[in-house]
Amino acid sequence: MDDEELTEQETALYDRQIRVWGVDAQRRLSKSHVLVSGIKGTIVEFCKNIVLAGVGSLTVHDDRMVTEELLSANFLIPPVENVYSGKSIADLCCDSLKDFNPMVRVSVQKGDLLSFDVDFFGKFDVVVVSSCSLSTKISVNEKCRRLSKQVAFYTVDCRGSCGEIFVDLQNYTYSKGKADETVECLLEYLSFEEAISIPWRSLPRGLSKLYLVLRVIEQFEEIQGRTPGEISTADFLNVQKLRKELCQIHSLNESEIPDSLLQRLLAGGARESSPVCAIIGGILGQEVIKAISGKGEPLKNFFLFDAMDGKGIIQDISQVQAPETEFGMGSVERVENIV
Amino acid sequence: MHFSFSVMASEQQLSAIKGSKVLMVGAGGIGCELLKTLALSGFPDIHIIDMDTIEVSNLNRQFLFRQSHVGQSKAKVARDAVLKFRPDINITPYHANVKDPDFNTARRHVNRLCLAAGVPLVESGTTGFLGQVTVHVKGRTECYECQPKPAPKTYPVCTITSTPSKFVHCVVWAKDLLFAKLFGDRNQENDLNVHSKDGSSSSKQAEDVFERQKEENIEQYGKRIYDHVFGYNIELALSNEETWRNRNKPRPIYVKDVFSSELASQNGNLDKSSNGDPPSLSAMASLGLKNPQDLWTLKENSKVFLEALKLFFSKREKEIGNLSFDKDDQLAVEFVTAAANIRASSFGIPLHSLFEAKGIAGNIVHAVATTNAVIAGLIVIEAIKVLQHDIKNYRMTYCLEHPSRKMLLMPVEPFEPNKSCYVCSETPLDLEINTHCSKLRDVVDKIVKAKLGMNFPLIMHGSALLYEVGDDLEEDEVANYAANLEKVLSELPSPVTGGTILTVEDLQQELKCSINIKHREEFDEEKEPDGMILSGWTQPRAAEKNGKTAVDSEVSTSSASEAVPLETEDDDDLQIIPTITGKKRKLSDISNETKNKRKAEELDSKNDVVMLDDENSDMSKKKREQ
Repeated sequence: MDDEELTEQETALYDRQIRVWGVDAQRRLSKSHVLVSGIKGTIVEFCKNIVLAGVGSLTVHDDRMVTEELLSANFLIPPVENVYSGKSIADLCCDSLKDFNPMVRVSVQKGDLLSFDVDFFGKFDVVVVSSCSLSTKISVNEKCRRLSKQVAFYTVDCRGSCGEIFVDLQNYTYSKGKADETVECLLEYLSFEEAISIPWRSLPRGLSKLYLVLRVIEQFEEIQGRTPGEISTADFLNVQKLRKELCQIHSLNESEIPDSLLQRLLAGGARESSPVCAIIGGILGQEVIKAISGKGEPLKNFFLFDAMDGKGIIQDISQVQAPETEFGMGSVERVENIV
Repeated sequence: MHFSFSVMASEQQLSAIKGSKVLMVGAGGIGCELLKTLALSGFPDIHIIDMDTIEVSNLNRQFLFRQSHVGQSKAKVARDAVLKFRPDINITPYHANVKDPDFNTARRHVNRLCLAAGVPLVESGTTGFLGQVTVHVKGRTECYECQPKPAPKTYPVCTITSTPSKFVHCVVWAKDLLFAKLFGDRNQENDLNVHSKDGSSSSKQAEDVFERQKEENIEQYGKRIYDHVFGYNIELALSNEETWRNRNKPRPIYVKDVFSSELASQNGNLDKSSNGDPPSLSAMASLGLKNPQDLWTLKENSKVFLEALKLFFSKREKEIGNLSFDKDDQLAVEFVTAAANIRASSFGIPLHSLFEAKGIAGNIVHAVATTNAVIAGLIVIEAIKVLQHDIKNYRMTYCLEHPSRKMLLMPVEPFEPNKSCYVCSETPLDLEINTHCSKLRDVVDKIVKAKLGMNFPLIMHGSALLYEVGDDLEEDEVANYAANLEKVLSELPSPVTGGTILTVEDLQQELKCSINIKHREEFDEEKEPDGMILSGWTQPRAAEKNGKTAVDSEVSTSSASEAVPLETEDDDDLQIIPTITGKKRKLSDISNETKNKRKAEELDSKNDVVMLDDENSDMSKKKREQ
């Protein structure tokens, strides 16, 4: 079964990407099963990317009915009411995604994400959750971790001009091409709960402020029982209060979480920016492809992007400080002009 | 409290977007992503140009296209697909039908038109996981042609003809020499035969070898060619012992060695299978070889070689003499793969699969959807800044495969215009030339067109017009310019000698530059084959390491109407490295076609950006009327 060759049709369709990641990776992709939950702009971008890449199957989960807000960054659904009325967003996206690549099985899963048991998640190789509460993220992550099989877990969310990806690959081995030989490398990941519980003061210097701001907002939504993103500048004073408390717990100076950034994220609310969705959905797609194929160094364990400064940063949030990532081939000549 | 700031900012953004007009050049890999992201971001008026039609190998990333669209115009299909989810915006497609053979020239052309029109250009490119977005705004940032570009890698002629050490050398030999010799224009100069030091191989005799004799059947002919290029020529090269003192000696390969006794029966099989089937255009198919990823043995390569040659001569005889290598021509790819592998066997170089050989021979760009999506997002972010004239926040952004300073997306400040750029500043160029030997035609062809990339040049010496191109010239002018072309520079009506300053202008591009002429008697034929040297000029942009491809999008704002052209090309199209496919060139300027797959660093271009032909000619007319 593992030696199964790609068909002529697959070779022709995937020609350009096989030249990037090789036949073995393509074969592994075509046998992988991916679950996504919470379909907004970023997830739509992600789904497009992995369906095009040729995963074996994609299961989409989101029982919400279509609203205008959900359509704002979604290119899978025509904004025609008689097309979308009465159907869930997952149903509509599924129909459209099937069309992108006939070789990928796309299906819909209904039900409450929290009600799915461990075995359910065992059917997948990759689980991506978005637009859900902190406790749901933690719960799904834990269920994935309880399986004997390694299931890659991701969370992703965009707010206005910012976006964040979290990655948990548990104990992950990948091969890295060095000169002419390939070396096996091992990475150890924390769960989402473990990662966000690390005291802020013990995090590396130069930590992205965006990381902290997102933790404050996430906590606020959780405490208040708000739908993710359902938060606005009207909540600013209360969010500031929470920031103060959290900073005390973590022994961190409040100035590490600047008002301006906090305001900007609150003002954005749940609204997504299409360019940011494209960027975050693209990076996430790439990471999932890496994880499935076992080729290339996956990011560990947060990725943060802010369109205001244009930086897309990898942040390693783990107790044991990993050694600095070496400067790879990607290093750029004109670095002196870094903003 | 001042938290209204961000809300205000986004309202301003929105109104800038609402009043914009954008031109995209290219509806390929980045183009599809960009069109989608622009539409979702609320851009109301988008114009898109692409001359390409859809191919199967586009479908893995150009997500607006489906199998059923293969063969149709990219620009038009992309428009229809986006209108399905954003029916209320205007998208105007242009399927331009003039194919510019040189992608580089097209890109430079767009740069010049944008400079001339004062329209900002957002340009981008991707290859594999690498990508880049750059903003070019006249007078504020560097233009596309400001930076000296690394010259494309070239191979010494003798490496290709006599001492290959890498598989790519064998591919170049098979494609540019052997394939061209057998199926292309026979009169074209070709270094196929081994240069032996003693000069014993009379080229006259060698030429005849490639002619098929009367009464010679195809099998015999194929075997004779095989023995000549893989056997006899190698023996001849071996006789030059100096060459092999520090190298491994190649092994001559003859048909009889490869097939030994079974040849007869093999041939029988071949004939049978190819006769039974409808005319097969694939040697692989008639030999029962299925997987393009497989490595063929020397024997299999030899069979493919002979079978492909036979198919060319039996099924495609009419094309012989006019063929040039095309990566989409299955039979041509099979022939080149087999020939390259046989040569590689001879020289002890590892063999490669057809899939790999095709990538090398066809300069095929590595492309994935995710990088294009990321780059398209970055383009739109820059485009919005440009619309808001938010100059201090313009950034050039790299998308990296491996993080650098923890960054996968790395913004840098844009570069200032290069003060000595002949395109966006008015710095004169220097031309060393023998003014007593070189004709005006040489200057027009080798300098003005080839190096400066002008399409409709006008050349002046002081106020004397020496040369001009255009539709609206009088007959006597045309005759006069034609006569000037054939004149030696120093004998022109207004003589051009050392110290002369020529003015060269392209009205369409609104580009004007001065050339200081310096007389020089002698040029080295090998090193300076043009017989003239232009300085102050930069190489057309070639892809650089770590994926600094120039690519494609352009935003433009004009003060009055807020036109914002974004132009894009696709990964394939994005690249900027000159490609050598198709056109026959001298080996000496063959650009590197190496693909370092692992690093995916090399970029090349295959496609051509389509220009607005109509608009261009309008522009030149207007200028003339003034």
